[in-house]
Amino acid sequence: MKKRVVLTFPKQTIEEPITYHLIRDYDLMVNILSAKVAPNEEGRMVIELSGQKEMLHNGIEYLKGLGVTTQSLAQDVIWDEQKCIHCTACIPLCPSHALSVDRTQMLVSFNSDRCIVCGLCLKTCPYHAIEIRF
Amino acid sequence: MPKTIAEINERIKKGDAVVVTAEEIIDIVDKKGVEQAAKDVDVVTTATFGPMCSSGFYFNFGHSKPRIRAQKVWLNNVPAYGGLAAVDAYLGATELPEDDPTNTIYPGAFKYGGAHIIEELVSGKDVRLKAISYGTDCYPGKEVETIINLNDMNEAVLFNPRNAYQNYNVGVNCSDRVIYTYMGVLQPRMGNANYSSAGQLSPLLNDPLYLTIGIGTRIFLGGGIGYVVWNGTQHNPCALRGENKVPKRGAGTLAVLGDLKQMSPNWLRGVSMTGYGVSLAVGIGVPIPILNEEICRFTAVRDAEIYAPVIDYSTTYPQRESDVITEVNYSQLKSGKIIVNGKDIPTGGLSSYAKAREISGILKEWIQKGDFILTDKVASLPSSDSGISLKPLRETTPQ
Repeated sequence: MKKRVVLTFPKQTIEEPITYHLIRDYDLMVNILSAKVAPNEEGRMVIELSGQKEMLHNGIEYLKGLGVTTQSLAQDVIWDEQKCIHCTACIPLCPSHALSVDRTQMLVSFNSDRCIVCGLCLKTCPYHAIEIRF
Repeated sequence: MPKTIAEINERIKKGDAVVVTAEEIIDIVDKKGVEQAAKDVDVVTTATFGPMCSSGFYFNFGHSKPRIRAQKVWLNNVPAYGGLAAVDAYLGATELPEDDPTNTIYPGAFKYGGAHIIEELVSGKDVRLKAISYGTDCYPGKEVETIINLNDMNEAVLFNPRNAYQNYNVGVNCSDRVIYTYMGVLQPRMGNANYSSAGQLSPLLNDPLYLTIGIGTRIFLGGGIGYVVWNGTQHNPCALRGENKVPKRGAGTLAVLGDLKQMSPNWLRGVSMTGYGVSLAVGIGVPIPILNEEICRFTAVRDAEIYAPVIDYSTTYPQRESDVITEVNYSQLKSGKIIVNGKDIPTGGLSSYAKAREISGILKEWIQKGDFILTDKVASLPSSDSGISLKPLRETTPQ
């Protein structure tokens, strides 16, 4: 089983080696997609976890126990189709092809499963059609 | 047999006119040949929807009691030009709020400006109007502040001095750092290439010599009815052209005008260009009457036959140098990838082809229903034989 989650760490937990514990204690594969962790600040990390369903559940419970909040990715990245004019300015900048174009219709679509929350599209979209909420 | 606009209008009124889009005419000419297509088709609809900075609207907001000259005017803290008669003002699309940090925190976000106010007004929203003046015997008021919407205004007229560019540059960045331009965010070492034209659907690319589009041409503008009122600023009809007469550089432009009260936020959208500023995306649709074979042949132009120059926006463009890296066509640009100096470069658009297609369809429907009658131009735009050339600024030292 595989899950992409956004982790938000309170200041006091940033010294906890959570990836080590997730790998060693819960036998999970951890792929860090993006991370921002600085001393005395709230930390944020986007990770992909894969492993057995039960272990995955337990690993996330372990994180919750530390006060780390977890949210699944799809909730955080919002592409507003009403605001999008399908100009395609975002397309060359999206590294994971989460934003893509149907070249016959020239219509843009967003696949949240592919999104790695890099945020490059935010500065690129002239219509504020993409929002990332942590 | 050449047709006249009057004949075509008769057919439109009877519901008999044959109207197709600038995409559909390509196949028709392919199958039937230009001679037959010119006989069968009456009107070809063209369209574009993209950021057009040289846009704005003038308005009259009515007299306060006591009256005020309204020397300086703001809508939602964005300055409008008040150097007109009392209670007339012009709000430019690119104007920023007084307290916008612009690029002091680089790159600036430019979240809000004149264009967003235009979008809010056509969405039916209220805005805050403020005006100040010095006070005169006839206009004693010195300050007025109130809430106003589009219905409250006596007139609100979209008047865009430069829209519908006939072809445009493809922007790339040859430097080693990200740059923020009106062509969007350009990644270093030609990481992306951005273009801005509807190509084979674009109005002036379908009438490259302005045979039918001229002063007085009735158009779809922002979802309402508008008119071509003049050539646009920087109109450059003598730009380099291909054998098909289609410009290979930015060339002609249109000045357009229409009643803002008829328009819709679907077709007038505020644009925020990171690190650059605010602009307005404007939806324009222009009908081309198929009066003869030549006009028909022009409307059958396809993306692969329209070339645009690739320009470096890190040095060449800002320094007003003329180097063109290469030329690419819109078929290549729309495929998502162009090849420059042997390197694959992903492409991004600024002009929405999907929305241009939608507008060409709406205009086609309006004409088919008899709701939109064509006009004959009352004067022609300067064309490729005009001898016009774009003058750069002559900079001299003031005495």
